[in-house]
Amino acid sequence: MSVQERLLSGPDPAVLDPEGEPSEVEVDDRALGPRRSRTRVALAQLLRRPVFLLAALYVLFVVVSAIWPGAFSGYGPYDPDTHHVLVGPSRRHPFGTDNYGRDLWTRTLYGSTLTIKATVLALAIAVTAGLTLGVFAGFFGGIVDAALMRAVDVLLAIPGLLLALSVVTALGYGTVPVALAVGIAIVPGFARTTRAEVLRVKTLPYVEAARAGGASWGRVLLRHVLPNSWGPVAVLAVLDGGVAIIAIASLSFLGFGAAPPAAEWGTLIAGGRNYLVTAWWFSLLPGLFVALLVLSLNHISKTFQELRR
Amino acid sequence: MTRYVAGRIVQAVGVLWAAFTVTFGILYLLPSDPLQLQLAAAGIQEDSLSPAALAAAKHRFGLDQSVWEQYRHRLFGALHGDFGRSLTQGEPVRTLIGDRIGQTLLLSLCAAVVSLVAGTALAGLATFVRWRPLHVFLTRLPALGASFPQFFVALFAIQLFSFDLGVLPATGTQGFRSLVMPVLTISLLTSSVLAQVLIKSFDETLRQPYIQTARAKGLSRSAVHVKHALKNAALPAMTILGVVIGLTVTSSIIVETVFTRNGIGQLAQQSVLSQDVPVVLAVVTIAAAVFVVVNLVVDLLYPLLDPRITHVRSGRLRPPTPEVAAT
Repeated sequence: MSVQERLLSGPDPAVLDPEGEPSEVEVDDRALGPRRSRTRVALAQLLRRPVFLLAALYVLFVVVSAIWPGAFSGYGPYDPDTHHVLVGPSRRHPFGTDNYGRDLWTRTLYGSTLTIKATVLALAIAVTAGLTLGVFAGFFGGIVDAALMRAVDVLLAIPGLLLALSVVTALGYGTVPVALAVGIAIVPGFARTTRAEVLRVKTLPYVEAARAGGASWGRVLLRHVLPNSWGPVAVLAVLDGGVAIIAIASLSFLGFGAAPPAAEWGTLIAGGRNYLVTAWWFSLLPGLFVALLVLSLNHISKTFQELRR
Repeated sequence: MTRYVAGRIVQAVGVLWAAFTVTFGILYLLPSDPLQLQLAAAGIQEDSLSPAALAAAKHRFGLDQSVWEQYRHRLFGALHGDFGRSLTQGEPVRTLIGDRIGQTLLLSLCAAVVSLVAGTALAGLATFVRWRPLHVFLTRLPALGASFPQFFVALFAIQLFSFDLGVLPATGTQGFRSLVMPVLTISLLTSSVLAQVLIKSFDETLRQPYIQTARAKGLSRSAVHVKHALKNAALPAMTILGVVIGLTVTSSIIVETVFTRNGIGQLAQQSVLSQDVPVVLAVVTIAAAVFVVVNLVVDLLYPLLDPRITHVRSGRLRPPTPEVAAT
């Protein structure tokens, strides 16, 4: 691993958490008591941060609107209103209307459904593949580790967006290929982080104790190593959630996502490009909606990182 | 030393070859019918062709060869700078890229220079200011800059500078003024990434004993900051130069599309839209090559700039300061 690759591997758990967590080292079932109170302390800490609360509420709102987009709007995403074509933001249409008189606020909310689905799919792919690769590399070490990490190095040498573009070229357009492409492009980061964490956890005394107590490797891996190494991976997942949303929106903005009548965020924003002079709200308000979501996710993951320190 | 350099070069070539192979694998091996893909790209219906014509088409696209043959053909071609012919534009890929690479290089270089200056200035200022609210604001600023999708920034810039204020052209490649908005759009992201790493690195450096010594000798804070801290803080940040350059190249895809600039980025967007496989393969390979070469140069220069660095037997570099994580 060269220097910059190490820097690229994301938040290094060793830096974030140099001493390890004492209460987790004692671990096992009896340590549940102190752990619960720690959770309560962490929650109290979070509630004292108003910006964090705002960010969390916004993310929650977007997720809920992705599940029930109809709950926050009285219009349908394809309802044309020929009397109100390209009307600016008003109380009736908070985001204005588009060139067919469709309500942009409604279309943005319905866009959440597609984009959030794609993001969840991309993250699921990245976390599953990254965890598997990282755990194998970190746990078995030696040749397996060297081979897997070289493969990750190669994936890192292809800039993420271009890797995604090649996948889209091969698979064609649509929400699912874009999600797949983005998922594959962010796997390396997860593999790196998991491996570093597994390497740290595997030398801790309780792993040795479990082995000495007669537990099989598989059991140690599933019961002890995995549950204790997923913390930084979760933080990375929140952070990469923002990255994935930007990537998915960018790919659909470039025209590789769902076909036009569907309202995916990127497609929606691209649709307003030709009306920028006369209807600034067409592209910019949905764009702001997306930017705020990414900002919130970044802030949440930053707060988590600070709290872990 | 020679051994380290040779080893590092071999490693770079290996990574580049593997990157080419992975991209080829994705483009040629994923479950899609390459013939249908390429006929569709050329605007021909597969059923409308007689078996003989179909065979001729197969031959023309080189699909009658095994994947292994095609791979060898492409790889040796790429080594000679020959990436075959574009499926949709009827020109050799080399010409297509040669005509556009100047535009993109200019854009990337300007963006890299601007983000180096802006990123360093912001990080230096953020760590220098002691007034708490401003310090917090400046430290958080890079995270804000990295959160805005580039297409949003670009559209917002067009709306503001071209349509509202009318000071900059919205599209085109003519003259210096057309370069301003694309460069600023890219550097907003790259300078934020750079500043995040630099701020952490500054914090680390300012805690070193030699900074205290310099202050104790009576040097002003600003002198210590600029003359003593900056150089050492900039060293670890140098290692993400490859990432920054790589980002300027990938950003050009979105930025060139929005600002309608005729560069490699726009070519990439059009080629993916028309599933022009050879062009996509060439663009990805070139981008990977840029990334690999920049990283190689940084790795080779690093020991010259920082004599404390040691080459351990395995041929890996050891950073002198604790690792700085790029978040």
